[in-house]
Amino acid sequence: MTSRKSMHRTLRQIFVAPLLVAIVSTLGLVCALVGDGWWDALSWVTLAVPVVLYSLFIWWRKPN
Amino acid sequence: MTAATRSLRRWGFVHKWTSLICTVFMLLLCITGLPLIFHEEIDDLLHSQVKAAEVPPDTPLADLDRLLANAIVNAPGQVPHFLIWDREDPNAMFVSVGPSITSDPSKNLLIRMDSHTGAYLDAPDVTGRFTYIMLKLHTDMFAGLPGKLFLGLMGILFCVAIVSGIVVYAPSMRKLSFGTYRAGRTRVVRWLDVHNLAGILLVAWTLVVGFTGVINTWADLVLKMWQYGQLAEMTAQYRDRAPPTKLTSVNAAVEVAAHAVPGMTASFVAFPGSIFSSKSHYTVFLRGNTPLTSRLLKPALIDAETGTLTDSRDMPWYVSTLFISQPLHFGDYGGMPLKILWAVLDVLTIIILVTGIYLWMRRRRAGVSVDRVIARSSGIESPALSS
Repeated sequence: MTSRKSMHRTLRQIFVAPLLVAIVSTLGLVCALVGDGWWDALSWVTLAVPVVLYSLFIWWRKPN
Repeated sequence: MTAATRSLRRWGFVHKWTSLICTVFMLLLCITGLPLIFHEEIDDLLHSQVKAAEVPPDTPLADLDRLLANAIVNAPGQVPHFLIWDREDPNAMFVSVGPSITSDPSKNLLIRMDSHTGAYLDAPDVTGRFTYIMLKLHTDMFAGLPGKLFLGLMGILFCVAIVSGIVVYAPSMRKLSFGTYRAGRTRVVRWLDVHNLAGILLVAWTLVVGFTGVINTWADLVLKMWQYGQLAEMTAQYRDRAPPTKLTSVNAAVEVAAHAVPGMTASFVAFPGSIFSSKSHYTVFLRGNTPLTSRLLKPALIDAETGTLTDSRDMPWYVSTLFISQPLHFGDYGGMPLKILWAVLDVLTIIILVTGIYLWMRRRRAGVSVDRVIARSSGIESPALSS
C-alpha cells in the first residue's frame, strides 16, 4: 500500500471518490424537494456523507 | 514549461485571485447565514408573540374581508398591499400594509392575524431584531439593491473559485490518496490537507448554495421583469381602465381563484395597485402541495370590480428558477435535520475559507507563489514550507 503512494495517481484515481460524493450529495439536495417523509430522510443520509467522511478522515484517523 | 503546466498555473492564478477577492465577503455571508438557518427558532426564543387561538382541526377559516377589516382598524391610515398565509403556522396569517398603495413595500408593516377567528394578534417592529440585522447583512449589507448585486458578484467569484479549486486539486493530490490528513506534519501541511479535503467533499453543496444565492440577489430584477413582462401582458386590456371605486370581496376572489386552479391553495393575495398586481385586479398567488410545487406560485387574476377570473398562467421560467433556488439556498425544505446539516456544512465552508487565507499568507511569507506550488505537483515538500 505504501509503495503506491510514491506513484503518480491518474486523474481518474484522484477524482473518482470526489465525484461519487458530489453525485450523492446532489441527490440529497434534490430529493428533499421531491417529497416529505422518506424523501427527507434520504436527503439527511446522503447530505451527511461529506460531513461523515470529513470527520472520519480528520478526527478518527490515527496520527501517523 | 509544458502547456499543461502553463494551464495549471493559470488555474492556480484564477483560484488564488477569485478566492482572495471574495473571501472576506464569503466569511460575512457564512457567519450571518448560520443563525439565519434557524431564524424561526431564534425569533421564538428571543421574542414573545401573541399566540393564535387553539382550535380543533377542521375549524373553518375566518372570512377574509372581516379579517382584513380587523387588521386595518389596528393600523389607522394604512392600506393593505398583500394578504399572506403563514407557511409555517396555519393558525396565523399576515396583512402587509403601507402608508399608500404605491409606497415601497419593503418598508411595509406586517400585521399578524388569527386565521380562524380573524382577530388581530400583533404587529411587532422586527427591524431591531437580531435575525433582521443578520438578514440585512446577509442580503445587502444595508446597502439596498447595489449591495445585493455586489454580494451576487462575490457569489459568482466564489463559484469560479470552487471550479478552479477542483482543477488545482488534481496536482496537489498526485501523490496522495483521497482523504489524506498528515496529522504529524506542520500546520501548513495539515491545513492544506483540511482545505483540500473539505473543499472537494463540499463541492456540490457549496456550488448549489453559492449559485442559488447569486440567483437570489437578482430577485428584485426578476420580479420587475415579470411585472413588466407576463403581468403587463395579462392585464394589457385593463391598462386604460379607471381603477375600481369599490373593491369586491377579497374572500370571494380567493374562492374564485382556488376553484379555477384545482389542487392548489392560496399563498398570498396582491391588492389592486400593489407591485404584484394591476390597478384593477386582485392577484391571487396559488401554490402546490409538495415541497417543490409549494414554491412554484401560479398567479390568478381576479377583476376587482366584477369578481370574475380574467386570466391565470404558469410563471415564466426565470421566475420559477428564482422560486426553486430559494429553498436550495435556505435549506428549509427538509425539516430540522436538514437545517442542522446545513449549519454543519456552513461551518465546514468557514473552515475552507479560513484555511485558504492561512495557506495564502504562509506561502506569501515563505516567498513561494501559490501557482508555483500547485504546478509543482505537491508544493508542501518544499523546504521553505516545512519549517
